[in-house]
Amino acid sequence: MNPPRDLPKWADVALVPALSVAAAFLVAGLVVLGIGENPLAATRHLVFGSLGSGEGLGFTLFYATNFIFTGLAVAVAYHAGLFNIGGEGQATLGGLGVAIVGLEAGVLPAVLAIPLAILAAAAFGAAWAFIPGYLQARRGSHIVITTIMFNWLASVLLVYLLVNVLREPGSMNPETPGFAPQVQIPFLHDVLARLGITIPPSQLNLSFVLALAAAYGVWLLIYRSRLGYAIRVVGANPQAAVYAGISPERVTIVAMLLSGALAGGLAVNELMGYQHRLLLEFTAGYGFVGIAVALMGRAHPVGIVLASLLFGMLYQGGAELAFEQPKITRDMIVVIGGVIILFAGALDGLFRRLVARLVAPARLAEA
Amino acid sequence: MPPAIELIGIDKRFGAVHANRSVTLAIERGTIHGIVGENGAGKSTLMSILYGFYEADAGEIRVNGQQERIRSPADAIRAGIGMVHQHFMLVEPLSVLDNVMLGAEGGALLRNGAARARAEMARLARDYGLVIDPDSVVGELSVGLQQRVEIIKALYRGADILILDEPTAVLTPAEADALFALLKALKAQGKTVILITHKLREIMAATDRVSVMRRGEMVTTLDTARTSPVELAELMVGRRVLFRIEKAPHAPGPPLLEVEELSVTDSRGVLRVDKVSFAVRAGEIVGIAGVAGNGQSELLEALAGMRRPAQGTIRLAGRTLAPAEHDPHRLRRLGLLHVPEDRLRTGLVASFPAFESAALGFTDDPAYGKGPFLDHRRMIADLERRMAAYDVRPPDPRLKTSKFSGGNQQKLVLAREIERGPQVLLVGQPTRGVDIGAIEFIHRRLLSLREAGVAILLVSVELEEIMSLSDRILTMCGGRITGERVSAGADERDLGLLMAGVEEAA
Repeated sequence: MNPPRDLPKWADVALVPALSVAAAFLVAGLVVLGIGENPLAATRHLVFGSLGSGEGLGFTLFYATNFIFTGLAVAVAYHAGLFNIGGEGQATLGGLGVAIVGLEAGVLPAVLAIPLAILAAAAFGAAWAFIPGYLQARRGSHIVITTIMFNWLASVLLVYLLVNVLREPGSMNPETPGFAPQVQIPFLHDVLARLGITIPPSQLNLSFVLALAAAYGVWLLIYRSRLGYAIRVVGANPQAAVYAGISPERVTIVAMLLSGALAGGLAVNELMGYQHRLLLEFTAGYGFVGIAVALMGRAHPVGIVLASLLFGMLYQGGAELAFEQPKITRDMIVVIGGVIILFAGALDGLFRRLVARLVAPARLAEA
Repeated sequence: MPPAIELIGIDKRFGAVHANRSVTLAIERGTIHGIVGENGAGKSTLMSILYGFYEADAGEIRVNGQQERIRSPADAIRAGIGMVHQHFMLVEPLSVLDNVMLGAEGGALLRNGAARARAEMARLARDYGLVIDPDSVVGELSVGLQQRVEIIKALYRGADILILDEPTAVLTPAEADALFALLKALKAQGKTVILITHKLREIMAATDRVSVMRRGEMVTTLDTARTSPVELAELMVGRRVLFRIEKAPHAPGPPLLEVEELSVTDSRGVLRVDKVSFAVRAGEIVGIAGVAGNGQSELLEALAGMRRPAQGTIRLAGRTLAPAEHDPHRLRRLGLLHVPEDRLRTGLVASFPAFESAALGFTDDPAYGKGPFLDHRRMIADLERRMAAYDVRPPDPRLKTSKFSGGNQQKLVLAREIERGPQVLLVGQPTRGVDIGAIEFIHRRLLSLREAGVAILLVSVELEEIMSLSDRILTMCGGRITGERVSAGADERDLGLLMAGVEEAA
């Protein structure tokens, strides 16, 4: 995600991503045209569906919350030079942590139970990320391989636990009983209603605020703290880290712990904020999309929040679009999302080079 | 007869950097032509244009009087131009024959190509004395022989014009002499050789004509026989240069760094430093001379705590270091500072702004911020002050580290390490890739530290540098210390023999 060439900052953070998104929409528009639908109408449904109504906006921000957490998780590991593909698994385990507190915390008041459940999500996510981190640091097992394996392990573990251990007695559904009300994070429409402000109801809950706080915290950590400095040195130049007396092994483990904890935030939003129970496959691919979010946001918290909003729009607007123009099925929405990921992530270098040639001819240092 | 190479009005810009300004140069056939200039003078860019790595923005290239459009190395090879890079482009596990054929196999099956390459290599051995066993494995050859393989590769591809980029940087003096003898044999057979170097001694010894570049411009071309190193240095820098540094006589104090029977293995378990013992005293510069790759790097890294020694003891100011103290961070606090050999790969973080690179290793300094946080304003103010003291250009703490020139990057490292008041300073290749003006500055700084009573261990592949700065010289070869000389009265030949592993009789 480091720019391969030096661009002026405005071009790097604004122009290139904007070009990527525009190109993605152009290609997606061609696809829509190809199946005989009007791309302009589709764009209108997408934008109005996600931003045009209070309800739509609420859902957009709800999805964005998930992306912020998983995007930040990928970014923190990325700054240490690690490609954490394991957001899904770490969030799954985070959900298990939430469930344990959520099912047992009936005796605690909400001011204690909610932070405890959030901590449990973070701790469980971190613990699940610790093992690949440890194996990378001490044994050199490649983090991409181990985190992918740990996604499967987490998924299978959850199936086992929900079917055999945590299932509500008498229920056929592989899901836990509902959480105690004290661990439910309030919906934003409920909170505002108490203040006398009415907004349309949606899944949006106070986890969104937590996600923004986490984004600020990650910025502080990465760019302003001594630990973040160490993380970035290890990511940018491991040999310089050794020279400085920073242990790459230690930083690898710490970065993975933080990454896993942030991935646990997905469970906070989905389970404590909306579902209020633990169920199968609640991670729904958000962990993977977090990779694209981090990529598009250049691993910077501000970029990640913006990219999360875009993907939130796409999720919510896409659902509306599938409803309004039935020929554009849910699968088509997945295609459009995929095109955006392709352009923003994989083909990012294409525009970068193009822009570099236009705005700032390459400045190669003379050897 | 037209010249072998004519460059007419070659112009090349990289963004704001004007690397070549309308350079015109003619290289006569059958000569050895030297090109000298400081780092950043544009000589590498010019050769890269000639070899097709870059295309010139303007200008014309003529080979043997014919205009050529050279857009890739393949075009250059077709025009009869070959290049031997400073860093070899060889496949180490393969045999010499395989390497020579690589990219010119002549068909899907190797048999015919191999037979042809073998025959051609026999001819080159006969004509030029380029003798080498085609079946030996490249990775097992000495650096001098590997370079020979590179030259054979170029000739095998039909090169009439051979460009050598800093060819002696990795060679012992004896190997360098052998190389020059070879170049003269090539010349005698009508080949044209272009030699890029910054070592004026080599220019004087090997070339017929020499061109001087400065700041992207071709300053002049002279007959080597009618010029002198002093004149060339002045032309390169644009002002008078002091060659000999005046070193005040100085009585060293007690030993601050003592090493006993130190052995170091690399990550693959190969012994790199073999039971080395020496001491560096306060106010003394001890130079370690050796051809690159003979254990100096590993020795420095072990002393700096970056590598765990396999055995041996290290004493700092008379106190034996405990294993737990053998850590760069702890050692820094104990007053052992380190200017690493490779500043961009080890001493700085290229992608960081300068003020962050300038804090590498010292981020726990309370002056840089409270608690877990770093205060960027304080870091910037601190670096501004040091940039002024060390004349770093441009004096912009927020500029990305990689944007500074080599000399200014080195000043960033020196400013960071020296300013912390070292007791013992380890210095690796302090002036590699640094221009002459900055070299003078760096040498004077090191000498003033010596006068202030710092114990300095200097590792450099520049024998001249070692000889002019050190009080004592140790030579290293194959991981062992092969000799010790007092600098005053040390002789380059003699040191060269020691560096080549000819141990003196006890």
